[in-house]
Amino acid sequence: MYRYDEFDHQFVQDRVSQFRTQVERHLGGQLTEEEFRPLRLMNGLYLQLHAYMLRVAIPYGTLSARQMRTLADIAETYDRGYGHFTTRQNIQYNWLRLRDVPDILQELADVEMHAIQTSGNCIRNITADPFSGVAADEVEDPRPTAELLRQWSSLHPEFSFLPRKFKIAVTGCRDDRAAIAVHDIGIRVVRNEAGEIGYEVWVGGGQGRTPMIAKKIRAFLPKKALLAYLEAMMRVYNLYGRRDNKYKARIKILVHEVGIEEYARRVEEEFAALDASAIAADAEEIVRIEAYFEPPAYDRLPARAAALENAKKNDPAFANWVSINVGAHKAPGYAIATVSLKPIGGVPGDATTDQMRLLADIAERFSLDELRVTIEQNIVLPQVRQDDLYAVWKLLAAVDLATANAGLITDIISCPGLDYCSLATARSIPVAQAISRRFADAERQRLIGPLAIKISGCINACGHHHVGHIGILGLEKGGEESYQITLGGDPTENAAIGERLGPGLTADQTVDTIERLVAVYLAKRKPGETFVAAYRRLGHDHFKEALNAAA
Amino acid sequence: MPLLDRTGAITDPWVRLDETAPLAARQVIVPLTRLEPDGAAVLTSGAKLGVAVGGDTGFELLRPWLDRLSLIAINFPSFTDGRGFSLARQLRVRGFKGELRAHGYLIADQLGFALATGFDTVEIDDSLAARQPVAEWLAAAKTISLSYQRDYAGPCNILEARRAARAQQNTRVAQTEPAK
Repeated sequence: MYRYDEFDHQFVQDRVSQFRTQVERHLGGQLTEEEFRPLRLMNGLYLQLHAYMLRVAIPYGTLSARQMRTLADIAETYDRGYGHFTTRQNIQYNWLRLRDVPDILQELADVEMHAIQTSGNCIRNITADPFSGVAADEVEDPRPTAELLRQWSSLHPEFSFLPRKFKIAVTGCRDDRAAIAVHDIGIRVVRNEAGEIGYEVWVGGGQGRTPMIAKKIRAFLPKKALLAYLEAMMRVYNLYGRRDNKYKARIKILVHEVGIEEYARRVEEEFAALDASAIAADAEEIVRIEAYFEPPAYDRLPARAAALENAKKNDPAFANWVSINVGAHKAPGYAIATVSLKPIGGVPGDATTDQMRLLADIAERFSLDELRVTIEQNIVLPQVRQDDLYAVWKLLAAVDLATANAGLITDIISCPGLDYCSLATARSIPVAQAISRRFADAERQRLIGPLAIKISGCINACGHHHVGHIGILGLEKGGEESYQITLGGDPTENAAIGERLGPGLTADQTVDTIERLVAVYLAKRKPGETFVAAYRRLGHDHFKEALNAAA
Repeated sequence: MPLLDRTGAITDPWVRLDETAPLAARQVIVPLTRLEPDGAAVLTSGAKLGVAVGGDTGFELLRPWLDRLSLIAINFPSFTDGRGFSLARQLRVRGFKGELRAHGYLIADQLGFALATGFDTVEIDDSLAARQPVAEWLAAAKTISLSYQRDYAGPCNILEARRAARAQQNTRVAQTEPAK
């Protein structure tokens, strides 16, 4: 993984001192509340319902054991013993005091982490495929690109006061685990017919009030043109994006209103005026970054470990976890293990201090010191020897981290909702917990197969409900919480925005309706057909009966 | 209104004209609406020409005047409206060599960004200057001592610094290699 050099270190140190003085100047009256607000947001600091919330970036989802331990220490020292992993590869602490924040930033800086641009109208944390570098079907590891963009976007002098927030995701695979179609800019590493590696560039995707799927602006962008091209894309947005209405200020609205052809024309004109070579990182710098992501020295192992097969035979619970939470690794004898942060009835994405420390220990002993955070709010151990999986699973099970539900109906994405968030219109966590309990039975979950439920507690869609196979949006109607169900959403390479099933339901009705939707699916699916595939084949109306029964 | 550049407070040799004021000064800033009707007259009189524009002014309007303008003053209606940074960068990329001045509502913490995107000077409102004196602006601009973006005028560019460090290391390696 990437390591800071002296300059990266100095940069985050400067940032810590800058924030310290900004806090002092705010308390001293030189910065008004209105002026301080965007500055603290650009450092990931929100004022929530009950306390300050700090969002810490985990660039492209990659963490070392040491970094995970620091995250645990911060949770223990300054918060209430837990942290919340988010859908954009961040961790949030929900119960902080303003005066502690500069010290927390210092602890983060000491382990090469920061909270820079995890909020505010600027370029946010750069996210990537959590299986980067280990996925079997990868064109190229997208992390060097993501790291280059992390650096390029940090305190960008031109793009720190954009019309609205700006999210960039990168993937190196056809199978999209980074949701590039619902990002402001999505980047896919591709190989062209000449065998050269470059980027397919997408723009104008997003969720929120007006969900949209991104449009392709470049089928193949040469690697060395990336920074200049992004500069041109950002400049056109910064100049022409709407500033009269914050709900229409995202780039998706600009692209939608002027059309992708006109947006692309303006970008190409701007790009043509730039000296791409003066903006690009030089070839040696790219090589320097890439070197940090060289594949580790893997042990030479048989493709299938006998120890794993034996353990599976003797322990059905372990075998079940392997079949659901463990994926193919590009190196023979290795595996990618997903650690679910969705125990039955738990809070999606939360991890306690003890759990974080155990994950750090396991990463060190069994995963070449690497951890990843996924957009599904889970943790990945990306480098596990197959013959170590049983030992890993037993350790995980001891701290309630061995739930076998990755990708299944209880692997629910949920925003913090009205339990924490000042924007929320309804609670999300209790709904997630109720659904999780309803479908707790492992065999039943397995029978249902892949099914992604995603819950947002307001129209801003932090819980990604638009791209849930089943999406749930919590609203407030006449003082009551009301939940709207959408069906058929998908954040992957087959991206789609879910369609609304019907009028709002109570929380209890929502859980019952989901059970009936599942029953419709089970009755009508073809062998091997997933929920979302069956939905696409059968059509929306086939599922309406599930809702009608609720009325 | 105090005016500052990267060194501190400076005196302003420019006279800002409104829509109707006579063109009687050696360095005048006219509103954009007066650029076409009055710009040529200012230049013929031997005076230097500046223009005051908004961040939403299209670069195309200024393009024909770029080599005749000595100053472009870009207004920031609010410190959260970053269009002026992009217009400044656009002007620099297209070769504008005169003075770029930011005015309107910026805060001290943005001086570094303004300088990096190509501004030379910032004009501060009196009431803001009372709350954020010039010294505070200079201090704020110095808190971040490095920058990652190439081709901008930010502080110590990290990519160039790395390149220099590599070159130095290569020289050292070359010097320590035995002669063949």
